[in-house]
Amino acid sequence: MTEMVRKPFSFNRVLIYTVLLTAAAVYLVPLVVMLLTSFKTLGDISSGNLMALPTHWTMHAWHKAWSTACTGVSCEGVHHFFWNSFKMAIPAVLISTGIGAFNGYVFSKWRFRGSDLIFSMMLFGCFIPFQVILLPMAATLGKMGLANTTAGLVVVHVTYGVAFTTLFFRNYYVGVPDALVKAARLDGAGFFTIFFRIMLPMSVPIFMVCIIWQFTQIWNDFLFGVVFASGDSQPITVGLNNLVNTGTGVKEYNVNMAAALIAALPTLVVYVLAGKYFIRGLTAGSVKG
Amino acid sequence: MSTQIGVLSVPAKRPASRVINLIQAWLPKLVLAPSLALVLVGVYGYMIWTAVLSFTNSSFMPSFRFVGFAQYARLIANDRWHTACINLVIFGVLFIGVCLALGIFLAIFLDQKIRQEGFIRTVYLYPMALSLIVTGTVWRWILNPGLGLEKLMHDWGWTSFHFDWLVRSHLSVYTLVIAAVWQSSGFVMALFLAGLRGIDPSIIKAARVDGARLPTIYLRIILPCMRPVFFSAIMILAHLSIKSFDLVKVMTAGGPGYSSDLPALFMYDMSFTRGQLGLGAASAIMMLGAILALLVPYLYSELRSKRHD
Repeated sequence: MTEMVRKPFSFNRVLIYTVLLTAAAVYLVPLVVMLLTSFKTLGDISSGNLMALPTHWTMHAWHKAWSTACTGVSCEGVHHFFWNSFKMAIPAVLISTGIGAFNGYVFSKWRFRGSDLIFSMMLFGCFIPFQVILLPMAATLGKMGLANTTAGLVVVHVTYGVAFTTLFFRNYYVGVPDALVKAARLDGAGFFTIFFRIMLPMSVPIFMVCIIWQFTQIWNDFLFGVVFASGDSQPITVGLNNLVNTGTGVKEYNVNMAAALIAALPTLVVYVLAGKYFIRGLTAGSVKG
Repeated sequence: MSTQIGVLSVPAKRPASRVINLIQAWLPKLVLAPSLALVLVGVYGYMIWTAVLSFTNSSFMPSFRFVGFAQYARLIANDRWHTACINLVIFGVLFIGVCLALGIFLAIFLDQKIRQEGFIRTVYLYPMALSLIVTGTVWRWILNPGLGLEKLMHDWGWTSFHFDWLVRSHLSVYTLVIAAVWQSSGFVMALFLAGLRGIDPSIIKAARVDGARLPTIYLRIILPCMRPVFFSAIMILAHLSIKSFDLVKVMTAGGPGYSSDLPALFMYDMSFTRGQLGLGAASAIMMLGAILALLVPYLYSELRSKRHD
């Protein structure tokens, strides 16, 4: 940026790199601690410290967290919760993304009188504290027979996810020239033809952003999971919380850390593989919201 | 407007094609209808429903015996709610302040043409991909009074180091700040970095020609340019603090006692474990009020500035 900065060995350069790398190390500490602890025995935990390597590397805590650790009354580990989260997240992500794509298409290319107002009304849904809808939603799910089911959680996540997905697609499609759509209409193409033949093929990046964003949000959700699910349908975040807060006897921190890593793994993998899209979603979803 | 063009541009000779055109004109509205219904019921309807509940004496089951503002009076007189609100202010101010300071600091350092910038940015941001329940679990372990950070420092030779905030009732709320900052500061960094990239480099060049030093340029010229980024970052962080639930539930469960309680946890406990639906609804409406108090002025200024563009 400046001559001072471009000098290869200036004091400032060294300082800048030192600060940045130290900060990076600090951010990484919790992940390292999680990993190290999860491979330790309980003996190692009480004799060593957070950053000490295990004297005896073992997968015991991972096995226990996955299949035998107690999460409240049952002691079957977190594997049920883990699969529940997938059963909930996959349909919820696909449905909310699909609806969002169509909504965004209408709000950008088929605007009608009042559509901007409807868009603003939907946008407001991104901002409400969800505490304000919990009680009526619980009552409604109960009446519909969806209380404590995965289907019920999917309904909830779709309802409150659509505002975000619509926002993503609307902002993306606004950038597509109107002339393209007008020309297609003159050629006789209709609403769906234009969507599937023109808009969809150019939407791959925004689909990536939206799917990754929704998956991370829904996978990481705790509030809806703890309020609207019980037993068989609880997601992994609830399982982890139950495991950590089940207070019987010795605290097995190695098992807690293994369970935390299991809960974190899917979103971490997505982040490592497609972090670019995740960050785009993060900034698009929040700055423009 | 645009739909009319569509209808007019296709010649409508036969009745069949006129029907098709009519359907075409209605299609966009039909496509939106389910989402609009979801939002009208799920957001606006339920908000009103909760507001109605907050004026009733509902306990374990919703009842419709209206009691006016009695629940709000109970809420304001409630010690635990009082603690939760004070904690929210402490948590919110520290969380926003530290995140902003750290985020700006790291963004400026990262904006100095750094090699491996992408990698470093990825490291700063990965906590955002984690659930707050995971974050809470790991920080609860790191801050463990016996075996956590304290032991580490003792082993590394700092034997007088003492850290037991997690179990001290007037300090436990600060442990929430530590974990929340770790989770979100990288995100604030990304916002500011994007803002810095949007600034015209010729401004900096001109200032340097005039003899200004780099820190002065950042303080006096660049940061004032980033007012919109400040506003949106503060909005997002304040919003996160008010909704903050997961972290406190898993890290301290509001304890010791209810010393680290937050409004979202209070609402959950009253509504779903204590059977005080009316009180829970009243606290939810208070939270909504807090968010609206932030949001309305912000949206108003956003809309106005957009209109002026």
